[in-house]
Amino acid sequence: MSLWDRVSAGLTKSRETLARGLNSLRAPVHKGRQTVSFDEMEAALIEADVGVRMADALIEELKRVPDVDADQVRQHLKTLIISRCDRAPSSALAEGPHPLVVLFVGVNGVGKTTSVAKLAARYRSQGRQVLLAAGDTFRAAAVEQLQIWGARLGVEVIHQKPGSDPAAVVFDAVSAAKARDADVLLIDSAGRLHTKQSLMDELVKIKRVIGRALPGAPHEILLVLDASTGQNGLAQARVFHEALGLTGIVVTKLDGTPKGGIVLAIVDELGLPVKLLGLGEEPDALVPFEATAFAEGLVG
Amino acid sequence: MWNALTSKFEAIFKRLRGRGLLDEAAVTDVLREVRLALLEADVHYAVVKTLLESVKARALTQEVLQSLTPGQQVIKIVWEELCALMGQSHRPIQLAPNPPTVVMLVGLQGAGKTTTAAKIARAFHADGRRVLLAAADLKRPAAIRQLEVLGEQVGVPVHAPSGEQTPEAVCRAAVARADRGNIDLVVLDTAGRLQIDEELMGELVAIRESVRPHEVLLVADAMTGQAAVSIAERFNQGVGVTGIVLTKTEGDARGGAMLSMLAVTGKPIKYVGVGEALAALEPFHPERAASRILGMGDVAGLVERAQEVLSRDDARVLDQKLRSDSFTLDDFGAQLQQVKKLGSFSDLLGMIPGGAKLAERVADKSPERDLVRIEAMLSSMTPRERRSPEVINGSRRKRIARGSGTTVQEINQLLKQFAQAKKMMKTLSGPRGRSLAARLFSA
Repeated sequence: MSLWDRVSAGLTKSRETLARGLNSLRAPVHKGRQTVSFDEMEAALIEADVGVRMADALIEELKRVPDVDADQVRQHLKTLIISRCDRAPSSALAEGPHPLVVLFVGVNGVGKTTSVAKLAARYRSQGRQVLLAAGDTFRAAAVEQLQIWGARLGVEVIHQKPGSDPAAVVFDAVSAAKARDADVLLIDSAGRLHTKQSLMDELVKIKRVIGRALPGAPHEILLVLDASTGQNGLAQARVFHEALGLTGIVVTKLDGTPKGGIVLAIVDELGLPVKLLGLGEEPDALVPFEATAFAEGLVG
Repeated sequence: MWNALTSKFEAIFKRLRGRGLLDEAAVTDVLREVRLALLEADVHYAVVKTLLESVKARALTQEVLQSLTPGQQVIKIVWEELCALMGQSHRPIQLAPNPPTVVMLVGLQGAGKTTTAAKIARAFHADGRRVLLAAADLKRPAAIRQLEVLGEQVGVPVHAPSGEQTPEAVCRAAVARADRGNIDLVVLDTAGRLQIDEELMGELVAIRESVRPHEVLLVADAMTGQAAVSIAERFNQGVGVTGIVLTKTEGDARGGAMLSMLAVTGKPIKYVGVGEALAALEPFHPERAASRILGMGDVAGLVERAQEVLSRDDARVLDQKLRSDSFTLDDFGAQLQQVKKLGSFSDLLGMIPGGAKLAERVADKSPERDLVRIEAMLSSMTPRERRSPEVINGSRRKRIARGSGTTVQEINQLLKQFAQAKKMMKTLSGPRGRSLAARLFSA
């Protein structure tokens, strides 16, 4: 399956919803009916979790387009989405640092461990030497989960006993990465709600410890976001960004009904790029983000 | 979870309250803001539309507009519509007359099924029931191990697959084991799935057909967006759910997913997950939640929580201590511990009518931090000092301040407050009245 097909399949639902709104615009529309159709489009965008404010902003801009032919509106909406994504910094993962240290953070159950494993598979297939750090010492069996992935991918996992200090695990892992001359170190962390101050402080400490063990690291701090998250996704991104200075977003579970519209609001408000999309359960189902494909998938 | 939505509604309704006259434009204006608040809280678009249409139809009658308090009337209508949507009372898991009761948990990946399974097991185990957990998630790496660890923490046996190849076989074996083993409740933890996965949906149906569970609970993340509707719809149509467990509600999600799922399935929210600790599962009371969303507070919930933490016996002992004037800093410290058990201050304030705004203001000053400092001061004192604070002289104060990382001024303040509190409590428990504590629990 090509990248485009995957993104497209992942976003089918959103596209269908939007198409309903857009199709009501098909053929030139009389002035009187136009507002009705824009209302339907607003509904469609909101149903894709774009959020009321973002949806209204997009529609305001669309209203300025003189032609109201459905295809043109669709085309224009795509352009709007792409231009919003393009305003953020590059979506490419950092290259160059050796070892490259990537820290994964996010709330509970978004798919951090799975994303770590998938990215490891990706780097492995490029022939890089990868090391994993089991930084989730809190959740029962989280270490085992990462170890099973490690065994499947043939990648070493640095870990300690459950309940130990994650900062210590991470320090060990960075030292090991340096000693073994690894190309990439991917660090898993325990899920935490962004409203838990003490747990956010713990992450700040983890980041500090990484920086002390290897100046300049972590090179990437990625927030993992479940695509079915609603408007709370923006709050999550805001708080994690303030605490840690995120470098990008990973959107997971785009293979179900999820819609991922909140990503637009995050990109727009925080200027953070989406770097990776999780599109399925197989290890290779994590692909680099591409604005065109994303907009294409969302609008059709 | 509710605070954000609550404060929005409080702000909107403040403008309505006390207004003598309302015209159609004013009502429409307010309802537009209610709509925005609900949508930003992730309530599904269609649900918002239906809700507001019925509110509007009822609000724009002459009866309401010409009543003496039209503002209040409109608020009441919104409240009634919310209540109608949420259902009436708490509906716990009912134990079947012929044990074992079988509860099957279903839901998307990462919703919190395994944790919820352990939480439910803990709650019934603590009630003196024999519980068996069944690990039927054969897909996610280490999912079985996770349930085993949690089962051990809770003190409940876990049926792990041994040779069974399919989740359905695991569940059947677990229920059979429960039949033989005199077990009251079996909780089946199934694999997380993505909705479009027909194969896994089929697996769920196979389990349901095979073990005929008394309850099929949909476990859903409180932070879910508009997808909540399709999630609930698909699971309800596919497997037939009997209730919903909402997880991760302690964050700042505004709970719109809950309203959406209720509206679509008509199935009750049975429990809500309120934290990572295994005890953090609460029964859900719809009518209280509706009040809370509208900023009317949840006083019943507050009293319940207080009663859980402060037992009658404790209250009686405290009462006696106050009467005999033997209330010491030790007791003061114990009281602080109990207050802490009640939850965070902002949480408690949110349960008081109109308290949500207050909670926001207090949040910056973080009263919890003060509590920690007071605890530090108390634990830097010797037992004798705690028993009879009057011995704490200047040099002792200096020592305590050094030991607790505070200042002498803070120690002075604490001692002064303690003396005042003692005096006040003595008045309350004096011959003319019963003690505050006794009064609180006499209801």
